[in-house]
Amino acid sequence: MSAPMTATEKILAAHAGLDHVTPGQFVNAQVDLLLANDATAGKVIAQFQHIGADRVFDPERIVLVFDHYTPSNNIASATVCRQVREFAREAGGIDVVEVGKGGIEHCVLPERGLVLPGDLIVGQDSHTCTYGGLGAFATAVGVTDTAATMALGEIWLMVPETIRFELEGQVDPWTVGKDLILHTIGRIGVDGALYKAMEFAGSAVSDLSIDSRLSLCNMGIEAGAKNAMIPPDSTTEEYLRDRAGREYDNVLSEPDARYAALHRWDVTGLRPQVAQPFLPSNVTSIDEVDPVAIDQAVVGSCTNGRLEDLAQAAEILREHTVAQGTRLIVIPGSQEVYLEATRLGYIEIFVKAGGAVSTPTCGPCFGGHMGILAEDEVAVSTTNRNFVGRMGHPRSRVYLSNAAVAAASAVAGYLCAPEEVLS
Amino acid sequence: MTGPSKAGVLRGKAWVFGDDIDTDRILPGAWLHLTDPAEIASHCLEGVDPDFAGSAKPGDFIVAGKNFGCGSSREPATFSIKALGIGAVIARSFARIFLRNAIGIGLPVIVAPGVADEVSPGDELEVDLTAGRVSNLTTGVVHQGQEFPEFMRRIVAEGGIIPYAQRRVTERAQKRLLDHSREDRT
Repeated sequence: MSAPMTATEKILAAHAGLDHVTPGQFVNAQVDLLLANDATAGKVIAQFQHIGADRVFDPERIVLVFDHYTPSNNIASATVCRQVREFAREAGGIDVVEVGKGGIEHCVLPERGLVLPGDLIVGQDSHTCTYGGLGAFATAVGVTDTAATMALGEIWLMVPETIRFELEGQVDPWTVGKDLILHTIGRIGVDGALYKAMEFAGSAVSDLSIDSRLSLCNMGIEAGAKNAMIPPDSTTEEYLRDRAGREYDNVLSEPDARYAALHRWDVTGLRPQVAQPFLPSNVTSIDEVDPVAIDQAVVGSCTNGRLEDLAQAAEILREHTVAQGTRLIVIPGSQEVYLEATRLGYIEIFVKAGGAVSTPTCGPCFGGHMGILAEDEVAVSTTNRNFVGRMGHPRSRVYLSNAAVAAASAVAGYLCAPEEVLS
Repeated sequence: MTGPSKAGVLRGKAWVFGDDIDTDRILPGAWLHLTDPAEIASHCLEGVDPDFAGSAKPGDFIVAGKNFGCGSSREPATFSIKALGIGAVIARSFARIFLRNAIGIGLPVIVAPGVADEVSPGDELEVDLTAGRVSNLTTGVVHQGQEFPEFMRRIVAEGGIIPYAQRRVTERAQKRLLDHSREDRT
């Protein structure tokens, strides 16, 4: 009898037409969904044409999203978007997620029920690992691999070893999935899961909403992981009930599956975490961080642009305004989030508090547009990277946090815990 | 003297970088819309050393610590190094997507844990790409890089992902043609 497999191994085996796989093995796996965005889709199309395939593998299994430099911030970006629209039409009707109709890819695809448990998803964006929050195997590749996958509908992958994290206990009320992943990266480092699958379980994980689970898996790449995964459960079922457009399979790790490492951590009472410049692993508790003055606070992105995040920010900002000398930018991750936040009154709260609310875009997270930092400026941001120059000038600095900490810091004008503003 | 002296053997100067060099520092997000290879190359590693792209010569080598290329799936970052004419990147370890992109576009990479500790900036290196061997001509020390799995070596030998995909696409088209002609006969 063959050895029991982890969920990641089982999904790879199923998509490679094999009964069994082991870590280190190379497989050619069928892809359920392929995605790319405007940042590099133009280059993907050029490479696809270079390959010379007469068609894409399946237009219904490809999604192209406008989110990075959109609404287009200059003529070059606008030209790429036009090229993508033309390509999608000529390729037989590839779904293009247009400005005003979608938002940030990793927020939109789960909402639309396009990513499901047991799926194998490949994306031309490093945060494709987000979809593990719904129990899919999802991983990122570059331009050329995306073009090849677009032609072939399959991709070569090395089966990764899996590291299992069992997080137990009840966390602080202000702590969300973002804090659990920052805490994890702080403990294992930015290459702590290099080439590996990360699997998260335990009561602190099963207690999480889907918004938080997607947020947690989103930053698996920040530990070097190939994919991150949370076993699908009743919370997942409920989220997908009215969304899933096709059958799916809740793939779970077998009880005796082999792991490269097993971490059992007690996270009882874990407080919101902050990653200080210039690595996502430079993590400390909000209660231990220096109260540095903040020029800009950003709430949004594929990490924390979901309704749960906007709800956290609204709770802080309901009866407060943004400090003099500080600016707040709030970017709902999708049109669906934007609409729901409008209905719930959050948007009005943000505007009254003195926040700038934007249409969905990745803009400021990667220093593209919509909130670039000047020399020596400091930001607290719910995004995912605080590398040198990530949000603008090489001498600017970014602190990563959850939305409650970002909103509270916007009110105080310096980095602080939510309680400091509310009490 | 830089450039190939025999097949797969390169000589050049070492440019030494540290651990966790991320793709934002290799090619900042502001430059992703560029398409001209020379223009992309001119920004290579500017987040670490703004003078690097203007000073490095074709055939020189990048030597780095652990987790080189972490961060985005940003293939233009990998491409900026190739477009600059760098002979190979030699590191203690590579971030997963960077390594995959390098193999995909044919940028030579060598995983050699000891090199970053031993090589100093400006050392003259001879790199045997086929054998994965790095000789420091300045100090006389020879480093043996790790061998990639056979599957990956075959893709590199084929010239990267584009030729690999071209072959697969052609094979499928031929199979379709064959199936079609069989159907016609029945």
